[in-house]
Amino acid sequence: MKLSREEVLHIAKLARVGVTDEDVERLSEQLSDILANFEILQQVDTTDVPPTAQPNPLQNVTKDDQVAGSLPPEQILANAPKKEGEYFRVKAVLE
Amino acid sequence: MTAHRLTIHEAHELLKNKKLSSVELTRACLERVEEVEPKVKALVTLTVEAAIKQAEEADKRIARGDIKPLTGVPVVIKDVLCTRGIRTTCSSRMLENFIPPYDATVVEKLNSLGAVTIGKANMDEFAMGSSTEHSAFFATHNPWDLDRVPGGSSGGSAVAVATDEGIYALGSDTGGSIRQPAGFCSVVGLKPTYGRVSRYGLVAFASSLDQIGPLTKDVTDCALVMNAIAGFDNRDSTSVPQPVPDYTKALSNDLKGLKLGVPKEYFVKGMQAEVEEALEEAIKKLEELGTEVDREAALPSTPHALAVYYIIAPSEASANLARYDGVKYGFSYQEAGSMWEAMEKTRQYGFGEEVKRRIMLGTYALSAGYYDAYYLKAQKVRTLIRREFDQAFAKYDALITPTSPTVPFKLGEKLDDPVQMYLSDVCTLPINIAGVPGISIPAGFDGNLPIGMQIIGKPFGEEAILRVAYAYEQATEWHKQKPDI
Repeated sequence: MKLSREEVLHIAKLARVGVTDEDVERLSEQLSDILANFEILQQVDTTDVPPTAQPNPLQNVTKDDQVAGSLPPEQILANAPKKEGEYFRVKAVLE
Repeated sequence: MTAHRLTIHEAHELLKNKKLSSVELTRACLERVEEVEPKVKALVTLTVEAAIKQAEEADKRIARGDIKPLTGVPVVIKDVLCTRGIRTTCSSRMLENFIPPYDATVVEKLNSLGAVTIGKANMDEFAMGSSTEHSAFFATHNPWDLDRVPGGSSGGSAVAVATDEGIYALGSDTGGSIRQPAGFCSVVGLKPTYGRVSRYGLVAFASSLDQIGPLTKDVTDCALVMNAIAGFDNRDSTSVPQPVPDYTKALSNDLKGLKLGVPKEYFVKGMQAEVEEALEEAIKKLEELGTEVDREAALPSTPHALAVYYIIAPSEASANLARYDGVKYGFSYQEAGSMWEAMEKTRQYGFGEEVKRRIMLGTYALSAGYYDAYYLKAQKVRTLIRREFDQAFAKYDALITPTSPTVPFKLGEKLDDPVQMYLSDVCTLPINIAGVPGISIPAGFDGNLPIGMQIIGKPFGEEAILRVAYAYEQATEWHKQKPDI
């Protein structure tokens, strides 16, 4: 099964990754090749097998609430591409 | 000055006995960097002044008699680990100018011991790759043959150790990213049990698979670095609150009574004959050392591991890398008209091809209508793979496999064929899926190209694999061979 142009564009939109026509062409082939290698899993019987999200046996890890210092705003903002006062500046969300 | 050739434990003896200062050792490594770096390109950032300052501090500590095995010893850190005030790029345009405001826990631990950071090591962008060719800046070259890849994604770390730019290095391993380059460069590389080392400050790729570990010149050094970095950290809720043993106590020449399994499924179609022969020789050596080897150990789900990995890792990556939106830090495309356009262009230009491929793959596997068939199915098969390891470890103390099916391949050879590139990790990624520890150690050469042996242990069984690795190393000379560069 080859991923269609529409499917690749749909995934790119979900992932918020801009793509060129050339990218779509290449990705449709490469992703299809990779997905073909996944079909092997459909032959595996996983009836009554629970999924594993992570391999260690920890569950419900909690810790006490403790007041502790945090980084000052100027350090948090030091890497910001755009800032205004103590805020990250973003483009308008609602227009 | 040849001090750069020392191991950690050799350097420590000299530092302790005041026969060498940390500044001298650091300068020796920096001179070595100047000499070999133009050829191998292992480092993204060199921190000369900070290193000398750290070395001076270390010498003061040592003068006071305050010395631990890593005090004053130069290290190279993979550029995926946050270093406060030192840019941390993940070899990506996205983070080219990112300066973390905090240290990763492992970096904090090394600094508190008086370590000296030489620089940050090149890698495949966001640790996605097996050759270090996916760095957005430049490819790293294998010192054993400059036309070949060093492996990846911790290729810069492995090369830095192999060429003595640093005395040791830290890497990260999601599907083989410490072990495969260690094998390709003939150094020692350990991926600890999932949860053994804190991931706090490790830029996330696939959170249920990622672990930080050492790359070193020998097994003793590996144990020393593990002593320093392992342990619970309340800033990583997946780190396990289990006491850390003194790993150097596990190093023994005596392997009598140990049971080893060689899973036949790891000798895959397409495995290079020289690799298979080297492994057979290594296994014979392990038998001579008193182990009992079963060459018919069974891990029947192994052929499914590649598919499981390339569903789970990209899925987790697609979620983890959603944070790069051009707002809080990193590359940001400013010329866009709208918020969505800015985000899409930021990610289009900020990420390289392989990273975008994996984000797309993971997004697809998690998307409506495909989640059950891909992601959930992969998680279930992951359970089966883990169960098989548990069953194997009821019978064996450790498992032995090649680290990679081939010797280092040529630069460019697999760059345009992702599936072929992924196969390079076929022997290492099941270990991350199961969350167990694995170590790669030098086990021979094909001509002058290194071959690695992987030793796999049960969860928190680092001591057993270090013991096997140490005894083998003491009985062989492979680790003493250095690339002629």
